[in-house]
Amino acid sequence: MSDTDEIIDRTDFLAGLELPAHCILSKEAELRPYECDGLSAYRRLPWLVLMPETVDQVQAILAYCRRLQVPVVARGAGTGLSGGALPLDNGVLLSLARFTEILEIDTGNRLARVQPGVRNLAISEAVSSLGLYYAPDPSSQIACSIGGNVAENAGGVHCLKYGLTVHNIAALKVVTMDGELLTIGSHALDNAGYDLLALFTGSEGMLGVIVEVTVRLLPVPEYAQVLLAAFDSAETAGNAVATIISAGILPAGLEMMDTLAIRAAEDFVHAGYPTDAAAILLCELDGSHAEVNAQLDKARTLLTDTGASEVRMARDEEERRRFWAGRKASFPAVGRLSPDYYCMDGTIPRKHLGKVLSTISDWSAEYGLPVANVFHAGDGNLHPLILYDANKAGELERTEAFGGRILELCISAGGTITGEHGVGMEKIDQMCAQFSAAELRQFHAVKEAFDPDGLLNPGKAIPTLARCAEFGHMHVHHGELPFPELERF
Amino acid sequence: MPEQDLTEALCEQVAAAAAARMPLCIRGGNSKAFYGRPVKGEILETRGHCGVLEYEPSELVIRARAGTPLTEVEQLLDQQGQMLPFEPPHFSPHSTLGGAVATGLSGPRRPFSGAVRDSVLGIGLVNGKGESLNFGGQVMKNVAGYDLSRLMAGASGTLGLLTNISLKVLPKPETQYTLKQVCTQQEALLRFSDWMGKPLPLSAACWYDDHLYLRLSGTEAGIRHAQHQLGDTMLEQEPSWWTKLRDHRLEFFQRDEPLWRLSVPPATPPLAIEGDWLIDWAGGQRWLYSNETAATIRHIAGSVGGHATLFRDTNRSGSVFQALPAPLLKLQQRLKQAFDPAGILNPGRLYQGL
Repeated sequence: MSDTDEIIDRTDFLAGLELPAHCILSKEAELRPYECDGLSAYRRLPWLVLMPETVDQVQAILAYCRRLQVPVVARGAGTGLSGGALPLDNGVLLSLARFTEILEIDTGNRLARVQPGVRNLAISEAVSSLGLYYAPDPSSQIACSIGGNVAENAGGVHCLKYGLTVHNIAALKVVTMDGELLTIGSHALDNAGYDLLALFTGSEGMLGVIVEVTVRLLPVPEYAQVLLAAFDSAETAGNAVATIISAGILPAGLEMMDTLAIRAAEDFVHAGYPTDAAAILLCELDGSHAEVNAQLDKARTLLTDTGASEVRMARDEEERRRFWAGRKASFPAVGRLSPDYYCMDGTIPRKHLGKVLSTISDWSAEYGLPVANVFHAGDGNLHPLILYDANKAGELERTEAFGGRILELCISAGGTITGEHGVGMEKIDQMCAQFSAAELRQFHAVKEAFDPDGLLNPGKAIPTLARCAEFGHMHVHHGELPFPELERF
Repeated sequence: MPEQDLTEALCEQVAAAAAARMPLCIRGGNSKAFYGRPVKGEILETRGHCGVLEYEPSELVIRARAGTPLTEVEQLLDQQGQMLPFEPPHFSPHSTLGGAVATGLSGPRRPFSGAVRDSVLGIGLVNGKGESLNFGGQVMKNVAGYDLSRLMAGASGTLGLLTNISLKVLPKPETQYTLKQVCTQQEALLRFSDWMGKPLPLSAACWYDDHLYLRLSGTEAGIRHAQHQLGDTMLEQEPSWWTKLRDHRLEFFQRDEPLWRLSVPPATPPLAIEGDWLIDWAGGQRWLYSNETAATIRHIAGSVGGHATLFRDTNRSGSVFQALPAPLLKLQQRLKQAFDPAGILNPGRLYQGL
């Protein structure tokens, strides 16, 4: 797989690059660990890996690459699940792994200014003595870095109440492809001009390279308690979610798992889940003791009334942690059931949950591939995990075809192909199904405003119109074919 | 106004204006015409393009056409015990949803439940070429493509004419109380900063006329508990005071003088500008009447990491918003160009050349 022809000889490129030798990786053995991110089905040996240590170096690298027209892919901790940091065989992989410092904690305004390589969980750990924390908590939070969180607009299990990354950051420093350093946002609550902070969040390294992030911190709630409810069907569990939310309760976390996911998690971490249930819900409430206790009673009654076969409250903090440990470990737990698994990330309006899950189950039988479902029930974000074996001929292709159908099912249910993992390389074809040609052209125009030569993360996130025509999945808007100017394949 | 879909007509109007290079001045309820720089152009009315398209309380999402009156949206939510989290100001009964989102103005709840942009889930817009486009959607989590919907909040229609908006809504708190204490501005800012770092059920924090006002929202039990932590002050139920603050109907705002809005890091101590102050957003948004020059006010706001807006004035032909650093202005001009190559959508409303 090569996107364009090699532009410059690597030796010539390195000869003109002013960067200390220990910041440059060019031998095959050194490059190998960077051939993929968290989506290991997609691999490509990078042309070159650069690991700058200062913002000046990042600026110099980008300006140099712009001058020589060498493309650049930025990489954080490499935990992304959509191939967004898949390297190029004709461009630089720019690792921000050495930017690991927490630069400032502004207690008065509850902000932390950190370098992009700081791990998500390390922020909360650094401010816990102040009674503060950073709310977004993707499952990979022990390893993923904040720069990558911003680039992907990472979510987690507490988004319904506390929002996504975009709701929890105040400012960014980014370097443009010209090598120019820009400050976007501030320590105030809003800024003059367009909201570039929102635009940059989730832009998948296509508009600039993030070299500093200022995150918002929240006071740690006085008390958190979790209810575990078991159900005889996923649909009943889905109805229970709607009932709780309609009753005016806003849980801090509301997660669903199906039988296969429950059993896998139970075998792995012994969370104490009921393994005979078709689905379980974890419903976490937080706030003051008085507030939480009042809501727990209400939620427990609602869960029972909507048909839960059992409702359990964590007996103590230890059991609460165990309930969550099962959920947070569900991906690796499912990973023990099968040589490989493929994690999907569609989002749907919750009311369609029953229909979507039963369709996925039908397709699972049709493709002969088991599926475990983990669901951020509060915000409609589905993670079906398709189990497969890459060593069996044709199984990966079948898995990808199945996955693609699931994403298109999410679109037709009024949802989206990606809730929190990003488009990256993985879902680029499904973008053609979600957006019209005019919408894709608008995305390209925005990209051009920041990166006119298309050197940042080329080939990711937004498909070209030619690619969509070739892929053949087209968004037919008002009965008009979206790419009249292109040949059909 | 009866519900109707004018998307096609709006697209045609914009496309025709683009072809003729004729600037358009987008107008919803005309309640915020005072805000921003004056636009010279043909009036494009959005009020006819109205109606709620989808609302399912259990999904916490509402989707409505841009011309839908804000009051209609809020009444519908209220019937289901829900609300718009950002508490948008109503500067007249005619305010539209599109205007609220385009101007990006949020009310007293902003520091606690987020700004307009934080509630935006998806947007339909007509770009400067007259194309009808949809970005985002009706779900809480959506990272497909660049986030062009939140970008529209506060862009004042200069990047696109909004046609429909999907917003996240929230359950209304069970009950709310107001706490009032006598205190100086300096002391109020210190208390705000202290309380904001604690898990208290706050939903507004304001200082005005030597008094601090706090709004507490949540369950009865939760509020009683917080009352002890806040020093056992008397609580009152006075929701109308906050509505008056939101809509600038408090006595403070009844003056025929230039009104400044300063947005600064909330914990910033009182600013050294002579004048009359009203502090909202727990220190983050500060309203000011002052005889100081615009240059001084902007300089001081900028020096603490904030910005100043000439929110209301009879003469707004100069700068209304804080000047942007040159590289950022250049980038924003390129972005404007990407959406509106002919430069016909509300040109100059935010800045000259945008």
